[in-house]
This record gives sequence, structure tokens and C-alpha cells, in this order.
Amino acid sequence: MDLLEYQGKQLFAKHGLRVSSGRAVTTVEDAVAAAGEVGYPVVVKAQVLIGGRGKAGGVKLAGNEAEAREHAQNILGLDISGHIVRTLWIEHASDIATEYYASVLLDRAEKLPLVIFSVEGGVEIEQVARENPQKLIRRHVDAFKGLSKREAVEIATEGGADEDVVEGVAEALVALYEVWSEEDATLAEINPLIVTPEREVKALDAKVTLDANALYRHPENQALSDAENEDPIERRAREEGVQYVALDGDIGILGNGAGLVMSTLDVVAQAGGAPANFLDAGGGSDAEKIKQAVELILANDAVKAVLFNIFGGITRCDEVARGLIAAFGDIKPTVPFVVRLDGTNDVEGRRLLQEADLPGVHAAATMNEAAEMVVALAAGNSVGAQS
Amino acid sequence: MAILVDEHTRLAVAGITGKEGSFHTLNNRSYGTNVVGGVTPGKGGQDVEGIPVFDSWAQAMEEVQPNTAMIFVPPRFAADSILEATAAGVELVIAITEGIPAHDELRVYNTIKRDHPGTRLIGPNCPGILSPGKANVGIIPASFFRQGNVGVVSRSGTLTYQIGNEIAQAGFGCSSIVGIGGDPVPGSSFVDVLELFQADDETELIVLSGEIGGSAEEEAAQFIAENVTKPVVAYIAGFTAPAGKQMGHAGAIVSGTAGTAAAKAQALEANGVRVGRTPTEVAEIAVDLLPV
Repeated sequence: MDLLEYQGKQLFAKHGLRVSSGRAVTTVEDAVAAAGEVGYPVVVKAQVLIGGRGKAGGVKLAGNEAEAREHAQNILGLDISGHIVRTLWIEHASDIATEYYASVLLDRAEKLPLVIFSVEGGVEIEQVARENPQKLIRRHVDAFKGLSKREAVEIATEGGADEDVVEGVAEALVALYEVWSEEDATLAEINPLIVTPEREVKALDAKVTLDANALYRHPENQALSDAENEDPIERRAREEGVQYVALDGDIGILGNGAGLVMSTLDVVAQAGGAPANFLDAGGGSDAEKIKQAVELILANDAVKAVLFNIFGGITRCDEVARGLIAAFGDIKPTVPFVVRLDGTNDVEGRRLLQEADLPGVHAAATMNEAAEMVVALAAGNSVGAQS
Repeated sequence: MAILVDEHTRLAVAGITGKEGSFHTLNNRSYGTNVVGGVTPGKGGQDVEGIPVFDSWAQAMEEVQPNTAMIFVPPRFAADSILEATAAGVELVIAITEGIPAHDELRVYNTIKRDHPGTRLIGPNCPGILSPGKANVGIIPASFFRQGNVGVVSRSGTLTYQIGNEIAQAGFGCSSIVGIGGDPVPGSSFVDVLELFQADDETELIVLSGEIGGSAEEEAAQFIAENVTKPVVAYIAGFTAPAGKQMGHAGAIVSGTAGTAAAKAQALEANGVRVGRTPTEVAEIAVDLLPV
């Protein structure tokens, strides 16, 4: 679960990391009021979960009320690579002497916490890793002991932080590690971590990813998502406990098991189609769950055809067939379906579908054939006999 | 032979008294797996269709000496259950539970590494291990597989059944099918399982099924080039997955430009592994390469 900058900064502040004072607002009037409270000059920052805000015109400096109003007007509603700006973060502008980079993340390869520090802040860290790898220090941390102040001082020193701020950088690293470990984050990143002319070390930006599986331990963090910008169908699916990811094509996809669904998306794309969603109906899907899934898929108006790709393990194909039949009884889909049932109780499942003779439902024998059929149907072409 | 589970397996199950736990335990027993006990705190002394239930792993160890543990308890209790089984001396722990926090998995992995280096953890969030004709521990539907010479290792359950079924329809069987799970910190990686298949007499070809996220496939590619002499056929799911979106599995996410399917397929191919573009193609390549 990715957090917006201001949400990340709230977690930073909670763990003692220095951030500028600011306010999160959603209207121009509130933006102007907030600017007055934090004191000019202020920075008006778009809150979106995508990089490149600055280049897109989503971060502006305002020296007075008129400028704050103008920037807030321009930035609210701005479309940054498909993310509409609905929230602004207004913070007191900081003077910057130097920009560093710091992050703590879960290193999946080493299965250890990893601290990264660089004196090349303010640019993409991938770029530093490519062009100036010697300017980037990576240090694994003992999973039980965590990051000690002594280690943090070593990292800051070896990384080349200015001597007079080594202490401040080390404190920031320890606090950042605490955010990562105590909030169940998988990533906590500051870019840039700035040094002001007064030699204060401060987080100017925040990128935090929390582990959704650990939210039960942090009820106070459950509300911290980009709910306003979340795809409405994704949100509904999340609330219903269905694994659904919105994509931008026109072929609705349902399968069982994350791997098989990912594979189905790929096979449909290879057949020339564009999937509209990822939907994992999960193991042991009963008729009610299947109906709910069909409703989610069809809630997306872009969908022109739907593919059911089921390989029954725990999931029983006859249950899937019953679910589909029940769904058709209630919601009368107007788009064609292709259904491929294989595995546990597949013969019974296919028989049920054939007997029900649902309008616009086509049976496919294999995954590849199913993909070709659904691509043809989405393009408005007919395929062989109905099931 | 086969790997990890076979006729010598003595299985005990944490969460045996739950609905899912009892269903799959009994399924495993009907397949022929030797199920010696179960663990549910507070339910010691009861039994599940004749399988004795104990209050703790220590007690189960004392009474019935399991060498394999299967973990079916809910996510918030799973990490402690895994570590308790490990501390009791169980050599192989197979964690089916999905949804365990990543930091708990990190603690489990590093605790086992530090305190019990001889213990092997498979999963979490995995379908388990099936050695056809010998033992089934987990939720893999055994009826699609028969005994043979193909070793399968996968991050995904249903995708494994899809590929395994196509191989079976072509007339071939499997030595063992190992699901290593879809989480960010799996107890065992592709490399660990490849090493076992390479050493296994029965296995003549290995199918590796990976997906987006992390770098386990890239590490496997390197390991195969240096250590595996048996043919390996691979599949990678998630070519069309957008960056930054978690695709069902907690570990299946492309972060920036890292963990893409294209990079994984390329790493494998550069190290001499043939990569099928569809599950069907993987099965076809495998059948092509298998000695008749």
C-alpha cells in the first residue's frame, strides 16, 4: 500500500524525523488559508502516487497569497499520467544547501533490511546507481538488532555526507529505519533528504509503502490510502475481499490463482487482445463468489467480452458453472463470455453450462483457444457454435 | 526417489482442527501420506478422524516424532507456529498460510537461518509439495499428476497444475512438484529446490515456473548455468503486468524497472534455459526434451 507524500511525512514526524510543517487540503480556499498559517514562501505540492510531479507542473513555489491561489487552482484537478490531483500539501518552503538520498527497504534477494544512502539526492536513485554507483552506499542490517546509531554514523561517513551533518544524517537514518520496522513498511524513502543553510537535516519528500498484510497491527494506518484516486472498482473489490486490478483494455478476465490469471493476461495479449482487469477468484470459489466477481468485471463499461479461465484444484468447475448460471439469472450480461473449464469436476461443469445454454456463452477446450476466441469476440467477430 | 516428501514422511499439521486444515489433512492422508498428528493449542487430547491432536509442537514431537510440519493456521499466528515447529526439531516445515506480514517472514527466515540451519521452510503462501505415488503434503490436486521424471518448482499453484496437467496428457509424470509460494520472503527459493532436483536420481528434467517481482528467477538462471546439468524449461507469468501493481501474490509486483517478466526470461535464456511463452509451449518443450 503506497502512501501519499503527506501521509508518509506524518509517519516520519511520528518517529522523530524532521519535516517542514504543512497542511493537506482539497480546495483552493483551504490551500490559501493553509499557506497563511504555515507562512510564506510556501510550496504547493500535488499529492499523487506517481513520479514526475515536478515536471508535470504539480509542484510550485508561492511567495504570496495571489501566487498560492493561482498555483492551487492550476494544480487541483491536474492530470499527472492518469492520476488526478485531488489533494494538495502546502508546506513552508525550505532553503536548500545540499540534497542527499536515504532509504530503507526489504531486500528480497538477501532477505534482510537494506539501508541505502547517497549524497546525490534529488535525482532518481536508479540513475545514480547506473551512472555513479560509487556515490551510493548500500548496507544490510541485522534483522534482529536493527540499525544502530554507530552503524548509521558509518553509513553517513562512508557515503560522504558533509562532516558537520554526519550526526544529523545518522539520526535521520535511525528514525527512517524505525519507520520501516515499526510501521511494517516494505519501503521508506526520502528523496531528497536536505541540509538547510542552517545545517538542519530534513525530509523534503516521503515515499512509504506499507505491507497490507500487516495492517491489522496498525489500525491507525488503515485509512492511509489514496482512496480518492483509487479506481472505484478496485476499491469495491478490496472491500469485498476480491483480488482485482484494473487494466486499460476491453477483455474482462477471471481465473483462479494469481499465477494462472497473470498467465491468462499474457496469453490474451499474445492473441492480440487487451485485458481490462486482473481478477483472481481464488481457491475454492463458490457460486456466490463467482457471481460477485462477474458483477465486478462488468462494472467496467469498457469490457466487450469476458474470459473465464479455470483450472480446478480446490476450485470445483461445477461450482464455477453454477456461479456463472446464477450470475446470468440476476444480471443479464450483454457481452459475450468464453469459458474454459479444466480440472476438478470439469465434465460436470461443462455439462451444466451446456444444459443452461446461456446466451452468448462459448465453451473453449484449451487456454490458447479460449484466448483466441475472446479476442475475436471483443473485436466484434463471431466464433464457432455456442456451448 | 523424489524430493522433500515421500514414503518416509511423518506429517503433523498445525491448524488441523480448522475447516481447511482438516479437509486437506484428510485428503493428504487418503493419498497415502503418513499423517501422525496435529497441533492446535487448547485442543490437545482430541482427534481428527483418528489423528491425535496435541497442544504444542514440543508435545507432538515427544509423542509421535513428525519429520514434516504443515502450517494451516491464520496469518497472525503462522510465524510463531512455524518457529515453534522448527524449535521442536521438525526438519521440513511447509507453510500454506497466505497473508503473513512480510516483517514476520523476515524474522522467521532469519531465525531459522541463525538458530536452526538444518531446517528447511517451504512457503509461506504456497500449495505444498506432491511426490506422485509417494506423498502429498498441501493442497495440490494429486489426480492431475502421475509418477515420472519431471521435477516442477513454481511460485504459483494453479499455474503448476496447468503445466503439470499438459505434461501428464502428453504421457509424462513428475518426480516431485514443489510450490515455493508467492510471498516476498519465501523460506526456500528456486535455487534451493533446483539443487535438490539436480541431486535427485528420478528427476531427468526440471520445469521452473516463475513470475514478476523480486530476482529469484535471475538468481536461478545464474545457478543453473553453474550447477545444473539437467535440462530446465521455464515459464514466466506477468509480461503484461503494469509496474507498481501487486498482481494477487504479495510478491508479484514490478517495482520501477525491477522484477519484470521480460528481464527474467532474458536472464534465463542467456543462461541456456528454454523459456516457453505459454504454459502449453512449456509442456511441449519439456516433452520434446524428455527421453522417450
